[in-house]
Amino acid sequence: MNKIFSLLSGLIFGLGLTLSSMTNPAKVIGFLDITGSWDPSLMFVMIGAILICFPIFYLLQNKNKPLFASRFEIPTIIKIDRRLIFGSAIFGMGWGTVGFCPGPAISSLALLNPLSILFVISMVIGFYSSLIFHTTKKSILYK
Amino acid sequence: MITIDIVNFTPYSAFSGGLLIGIAVILFFISTGRIAGISSIVNNTLTNTTNWLSNFLFLIGLVLGPIVYAFILNKNIPFSVTTSLPLIIIGGILVGLGTKIGSGCTSGHGICGISRFSFRSILATLIFMIVAMITVFELKWLGLT
Repeated sequence: MNKIFSLLSGLIFGLGLTLSSMTNPAKVIGFLDITGSWDPSLMFVMIGAILICFPIFYLLQNKNKPLFASRFEIPTIIKIDRRLIFGSAIFGMGWGTVGFCPGPAISSLALLNPLSILFVISMVIGFYSSLIFHTTKKSILYK
Repeated sequence: MITIDIVNFTPYSAFSGGLLIGIAVILFFISTGRIAGISSIVNNTLTNTTNWLSNFLFLIGLVLGPIVYAFILNKNIPFSVTTSLPLIIIGGILVGLGTKIGSGCTSGHGICGISRFSFRSILATLIFMIVAMITVFELKWLGLT
């Protein structure tokens, strides 16, 4: 049952990204470019999503079990570390360069545009190259 | 001084798209008990056998989104990229690397994390938004976009 709901959640997520034009990198750059004429649309997307999620996450916090799994898996780390700061900064550089974050990039594969396929392949290479930082203990990001 | 781009600003479709994304996150959370952070879902689909099918189907759903949208509304989906091929590759690698090291992206930290009042996620979101804005500014200044 949770498989069907995973598919359905992905579909609704993808519909939301398409409706809000987040699958269009130029639209996202329009938000990130505050020096030109600024398109605040992305902020409205986040506000819409958070308005739904915030009260429901709050109501569910004391429930002990999801519908089709044995328990809720909520991130428990609260420490602010170098990984979080450096990782987010690196992600920000990539996001600002193209205007794609992982969700819209995957969704836009549907458009069969070679540019989004190239981006997703590069992103996967990026995922794997992060292994370098896991194996070298001397890495400043290891702490 | 910031001037609003009246021509491209689409508050209603952006807000309703956001509501749909919120519903998707909640549906995923209530049914599977997991946070819909897309960078983690992609990562786990590639490297982890736990919940593999569930993760994979979520990604299939994500790709079906634009197809179903185009089918129902019979509309073209706008798509344009403002940057060059080498920068797309570099940007893609940075997004993969950064979201893996920083444990999340716009969905995991930005939407889910902020909604849970996670200080880590609020900080992460501020960092990647500000860095992205600076990056856009610099690339524009260098004439690369």
